[in-house]
Amino acid sequence: MATVSLEKLVKRYGSLDVVHGIDLEVADREFIALVGPSGCGKSTTLRMIAGLEPVSAGNIKIGGRVINDLPPRARNLAMVFQSYALYPHMTVRENMGFSLKIAGQKPEDIAPQVDEAARTLDLTHLLDRRPSQLSGGQRQRVAMGRAIVRNPDVFLFDEPLSNLDAKLRTQMRVEIKKLHAKVQSTVIYVTHDQVEAMTLADRIVIMRDGYIEQVGTPEDVFQRPNSKFVAGFIGSPPMNLKDADIADGQVVFANGDRLPLPARFRDRVTAGQKVTFGLRPDDLYPAGHGIHSGEDADVHRQDLRVILTEPLGNETLVFSDYAGAEWVGRMLNPRRLAPGEALSFCFDLSQAHLFDRESGRTLRG
Amino acid sequence: MKGWRPPAPFLLLLPAILVLAAVVIIPLILSLYSSFTPFRLTQPASLFTLIGFRNYVRILTDIEFWTAFGRTVLLLTVALNVEMLLGLGLAMLVEKATRGQRLLRTIMMFPMMFSPILVGFQFKFMFNDNIGLVNNALQSLGLTDQAIPWLIDGSLAFFAILVAEVWSSTSVFAILILAGLLAMPKEPIEAARVDGCTPWQTFRYVTWPFIMPFAYIAMTIRSLDVARAYDIVKIMTDGGPAKRTELLWTLISRTAYADARMGLANAMAYVAILLSILFTVYFFRKLSAARTQIAAEW
Ligand SMILES: Nc1ncnc2c1ncn2[C@@H]1O[C@H](COP(=O)(O)OP(=O)(O)OP(=O)(O)O)[C@@H](O)[C@H]1O
Ligand SMILES: [Mg+2]
Repeated sequence: MATVSLEKLVKRYGSLDVVHGIDLEVADREFIALVGPSGCGKSTTLRMIAGLEPVSAGNIKIGGRVINDLPPRARNLAMVFQSYALYPHMTVRENMGFSLKIAGQKPEDIAPQVDEAARTLDLTHLLDRRPSQLSGGQRQRVAMGRAIVRNPDVFLFDEPLSNLDAKLRTQMRVEIKKLHAKVQSTVIYVTHDQVEAMTLADRIVIMRDGYIEQVGTPEDVFQRPNSKFVAGFIGSPPMNLKDADIADGQVVFANGDRLPLPARFRDRVTAGQKVTFGLRPDDLYPAGHGIHSGEDADVHRQDLRVILTEPLGNETLVFSDYAGAEWVGRMLNPRRLAPGEALSFCFDLSQAHLFDRESGRTLRG
Repeated sequence: MKGWRPPAPFLLLLPAILVLAAVVIIPLILSLYSSFTPFRLTQPASLFTLIGFRNYVRILTDIEFWTAFGRTVLLLTVALNVEMLLGLGLAMLVEKATRGQRLLRTIMMFPMMFSPILVGFQFKFMFNDNIGLVNNALQSLGLTDQAIPWLIDGSLAFFAILVAEVWSSTSVFAILILAGLLAMPKEPIEAARVDGCTPWQTFRYVTWPFIMPFAYIAMTIRSLDVARAYDIVKIMTDGGPAKRTELLWTLISRTAYADARMGLANAMAYVAILLSILFTVYFFRKLSAARTQIAAEW
């Protein structure tokens, strides 16, 4: 049983707090993705779990046992480092087999496991090279291989696919998913790639400046963000977030443009309240080029002028001007649009979000 | 048409070439030549009698020479290994120091600042059987009530010389190995810890392979001393008493200046240099191998 619990976990460098007492319960065999902007403390948290950084305060438990003072070797976990951390004097083969050798396995037992991992990672032809003779992506795959030959209680991945090309990344994502299904280990996976987080994780943890902003399933954090920060962080392109006031049961933007107050917020705001209005690009589309999920009554129509388009093939991102700011919408089944063209846009208000402008917290019940 | 003029670079280098020739190349050739003669300082004419390899043949069968040779190799082998271990230990301790590391590094280099002659005098004093610090300390501590004849007994004198050598040269190892430790990336060590290594295994499989080239650089530098171990011995025992601590160079200088047999001494010197070159080449090979292994970029 490899549950991982962080209890009021703090990391302090001198007088500088970089992790501020975070709490997290990771279930056995769960796949947790840790996301957040650069410098928010993801690697630090992972390194504390691995035992490479002393814990300043709070507890780390694995399988219910406090392991704060256990050396890394006694924690039975495998880690892929953000900086690869390969052994420069060993070949790829030796790098991958090293932990097994240390664990006392015989060379003839190690070889097949290394070969197997190398096949999975497409490294077979590189087994006799040294790390200095490999490209960045190849090194990263060796780092990956070093972790997956083991059978640890917990896998810690620190941006393991960040240096791979798009195709390889997709392929590796699938391999990680298969691996997780096979090995029954708990996984904590740091990534900057939202697709990775959304597709791989059972739950996503969003961190910001050493605090946990929200923990939830991919649907949760995407559809029900708790804060303006999470709303802006998850989803690509990011949610349109515009400051507004509540007046006359309407959302009033700075320049006086108005939108109807979304039905689910009607009882949750008061007149004069300062809010931030949020709408995902998916819910802002040229009429006939999108899907609305709520009632027809929730769709607000508005003529907008197109400023710029970004055709992506199967869809086009449309930037247009509204309420004195730039909004991005998503056009399905796209046709060519000319800049300056006026179009009727649909605002699917059943999917809109309202946040308190001051605290950034959601106003949803 | 003008006559041939040497190219400008050659002309510009000519003064340097002349100086080098005068102080290095000519003495070198002359000494090599004289090792094939029965040259004695007292009989200048003997410089012009060629005797072929007779000096070398004589050396080959000279028990005194081979004893000194063996003792030199033994001294250096022991000294290099001890220095290596102590240097490694020192370097690892200093690397762990979180504060005052700069100061420690400077202090560590002190022994290198002393002339070997001075080191010799210091240790000669310390190991003196009547007034020396070592005996004084041993007696005060009640460990012995005798005056141990440090510099008189053969093996004790060898030990005393060894201590002096080690003291003066451990810092070569310490400094170079410390440089290696400081240049070493920290991530592989962390990876090793996560991979299940004990501190000893981390050292054995990750740290040591990385700093090995640095140790070999120190070895290479020190191996040059095979042909130079002279000053300290000269001062402390002068190869005595009764040749019990005779090293190659004390023997050679005695042969050359006391016995005035310059030709024979030169032949010995060339054998000694050959030995030194062999040592150096050996460590250099090791160094290159270790460097390729860690894929060093220098
Ligand atoms: N040894 C250290 N001393 C002081 N501050 C540190 C130290 N290591 C990290 N930090 C600080 O801790 C914060 C968190 O760093 P961390 O490496 O965990 O970020 P991260 O979330 O992994 O970022 P990235 O996505 O860029 O990898 C950063 O602000 C960083 O400057
Ligand atoms: Mg990081």
